Amino acid sequence: MGSKKKTILKLSGAVAAMYLFSFLLVPLYDVFCDITGLNGKVAQTTNAESSISIEGREIGLQFISHNNAGMPWTFKPSKEVSKIKTGTMYEATFYAKNTTNKMMVGRAVNSVAPTNAKDYIKKIECFCFAEGIELMPGEEVLLPIKMVVDNELPKNIKNIVLSYTIFDSNLENNIIMDHDSDHAGS
Amino acid sequence: MSAVIENHHNEHDHHGPAKGLKRWFYTTNHKDIGTLYLWFSFAMFLIGGAMAMIIRAELFQPGMQIVEPEFYNQMITLHGLIMIFGGVMPAFVGLANWLVPMMIGAPDMALPRMNNLSFWILPFAFFVLLSSLFMEGGAPNFGWTFYAPLSTTYAPPSTTFFIFSVHIMGASSIMGSINVIVTIMNMRAPGMGLMKMPLFVWSWLITAYLLIAVMPVLAGAVTMMLMDIHFGTSFFNAAGGGDPVLFQHIFWFFGHPEVYIMILPAFGIVSHIIETFSRKQLFGYSSMVWAMLSIAILSFVVWAHHMFTVGMPLAAELFFMWSTMLIAVPTGVKVFNWIATMFKGSITFETPMLFACAFVVLFTLGGFSGLMLAITPADFQYHDTYFVVAHFHYVLVPGAIFSIMAAVYYWIPKWTGNMYDERLGRLHFWLSFIGVNVTFFPQHFIGLAGMPRRVPDYALQFADWNMVSTAGAFLFGFSQVFFLFIVVKTVMGGKQATDQVWEGARGLEWTVDSPAPYHTFSVPPKVS
Repeated sequence: MGSKKKTILKLSGAVAAMYLFSFLLVPLYDVFCDITGLNGKVAQTTNAESSISIEGREIGLQFISHNNAGMPWTFKPSKEVSKIKTGTMYEATFYAKNTTNKMMVGRAVNSVAPTNAKDYIKKIECFCFAEGIELMPGEEVLLPIKMVVDNELPKNIKNIVLSYTIFDSNLENNIIMDHDSDHAGS
Repeated sequence: MSAVIENHHNEHDHHGPAKGLKRWFYTTNHKDIGTLYLWFSFAMFLIGGAMAMIIRAELFQPGMQIVEPEFYNQMITLHGLIMIFGGVMPAFVGLANWLVPMMIGAPDMALPRMNNLSFWILPFAFFVLLSSLFMEGGAPNFGWTFYAPLSTTYAPPSTTFFIFSVHIMGASSIMGSINVIVTIMNMRAPGMGLMKMPLFVWSWLITAYLLIAVMPVLAGAVTMMLMDIHFGTSFFNAAGGGDPVLFQHIFWFFGHPEVYIMILPAFGIVSHIIETFSRKQLFGYSSMVWAMLSIAILSFVVWAHHMFTVGMPLAAELFFMWSTMLIAVPTGVKVFNWIATMFKGSITFETPMLFACAFVVLFTLGGFSGLMLAITPADFQYHDTYFVVAHFHYVLVPGAIFSIMAAVYYWIPKWTGNMYDERLGRLHFWLSFIGVNVTFFPQHFIGLAGMPRRVPDYALQFADWNMVSTAGAFLFGFSQVFFLFIVVKTVMGGKQATDQVWEGARGLEWTVDSPAPYHTFSVPPKVS
C-alpha cells in the first residue's frame, strides 16, 4: 500500500500549493495589470524629458474626484477641465481640506479613461504616489500633479479623464463611519 | 465491464453493522457514509428549498409583503450557499461513496476514517452557518458570491461565522476528494484499466481533481476576507492599496470550476442511465472521457465571463468570450453521444430514464442561455438580471438535481433491495418537470425585460410572470416533499429487487446482491 501513501502525499501537496497560489494571485494581479495596462493606474516616471517636444496637438483634459463612502474631506480639482498640448509639461493642483476635528490620513487612488491612454501619460509628480496624505484638523493643502502627455498618444484619443478617489487610510474609521454614511449620501 | 463473482459465500463471515446510533457516528463503511451524505443533502435541500419558497412568496406580487428586505437578502444568500455546498455537492459525494467502490470492485474507500471525519464535520459547518440567522445583525446578506466590500466593510458581524463554516465545508470537500482519487487510482479491481472505468467513476475522478485545485483557492479568498475584517489588512480595500476587483477574480477562479464540479458527476450518472434504458452500449465512451477532461481544463481559463461589466479591456473580454464558447464544443459532443446512444435503442421510460431525458433537454437549454451570456456585448444587457437566474437554475435544477434524483431512482433498488413505486416515481417526475419549467422559464422573459436579480421588490410590468414563477416554485417545492415520501416508502418496503434490477444494466454494482451486502468485493472481482 505504499503507492496509496504516495498518492495521498501528492494530493495534500497539491492542496497546500493551491492555497498558497490563492495568495500569490494578489501580487500576480498587480503585475498582470501593470504589464497589460489594465486597471488604468498610471505609474511614476522620472524620464519624462523624452516625451517633451514642440509639435504637440491640443487635447482635452478633465480631472474628476470622488470621496469614498465615509470620507469627510473636501477634495476637488482646482480646475476641472482644461485644454493642454501633448509634449508639454502640465501642472495642476487638487484642493484638499480635512473638515474633521482630528488628524487624518487620506490616500488617493487614480484611474484613467480611456484605458489605453495610460501608457502615454507620464507623471513626474503626483499626490497619488504617496502612501498617505496627512492633514491636521481643519488643515487645507494644494496637492500637486506634474505630467506630460506623450506625442505618440493615439490620434483617436481627443480627451483624457483622470479620476482620483480619496480614501480614509485609517481602516478603523472606515468601518465606524459607514454607519453614518448610510444617511449622508455619497 | 462484465465481471464474474465467485466469492459470495465468503462475505457472510464478516460482521454486519453495529447497532443503534453508534453505527452512524463511528461508521467507516462507505455505504453507511454514502447514506449519511445523501440524507444530509436531502435535509439541506429541503431547508434551502424552504428559503426559496420564502423568496418566491415575497416576489409573488410587487411591493413588500411578507419579509423585510434585510431578511430577504439573508434568504437569497443562504439559499445559494446551502443548495450548492449543502445540497448538490454532498449529494454527489454520497453517490460517490456508495457507488465508486462498488463500480471499481473495491471493498471500501481508501481512507475510511477520513471518510467518517469528512462527513461528520459537515453538519457542524451548516449549524454554524444557519446559527448566524439568530445572531445580532442577522445572517450573511451579501449573496452567495460574497463580493468584497459587501462581505468585508459592509458585512454583518456574523460574517466571521460564515467564513469559518466555509472553511469547514472546504476541508470536508478536500478530504472527500483525496479519498475518491486515492480509491480510484489504487483500488481498482485487476483488469480494470483507466479507460475501462465506468463513466461515473471517471466523472468523479475529474471532479475530485477540480475540487483539490479550487477549494484551497476559496479557502484563501475567505482567509483574506477574515484578515481584512479583523487584522487590518487591505487585500480588497482600496484605501489600503488593495482592490475589490481582485476579490472577484479570486472568487471566480474558484467559482467557475465549482460549477463544473456540480455538473460533471451528473454527466456520469446520465450516461449510465441512458445506456441502461436504451439497452445499448454507450456511444463514444472515450470521447465522453475526453470531453469531460477538456471541460475541466477549460474551466480554469473562463472565469472572467462572470464579470464582463467590471471594466475589462477589449482583449480580455474577447479572450474570455471565446474560451467560454469553446466549452460548448465538448459539451455538445456529450449531448450528441447521449442522443446517439438512444438512437435505435429499445428504450423504456422508467422514472430514472425520464429524469435523464429531461436532463439532456433542459440542461442543453440552460447551456444555450449560457452561450447567450457568453457573448460579451449582449452580456451587458443580461448581467445581473433574472436572465442569469434563469440560466443557472436551468443548469442546476433540471441539470444537477434532476441527475441526482435520477440516480436515486436508478440505484435505490440496489441500496435498499426494494423497488420504488413506479407510478409514484413517474408522478413525481411530471410534477417536478412541469414545476421547474413553470418556475424558471418565465424568468428568462422578465430578465430580458430588465428585472434585476437579488431584489425583494420590482417594477409593475414584471408582475404577471413573477406570479407564474411563484406558482411553479410552490408546485416544484411540494413535489420534493412527495419525493421524500417516495424515498421513505421505498426504504420501508416494496417489491423485492433482482440483483441486476434493470434489464439493460451493466457494471460491477449490479452483480452483487440486492440490497448490497454491508461488505462487497472483499476479494476483488476479475474484470475482463
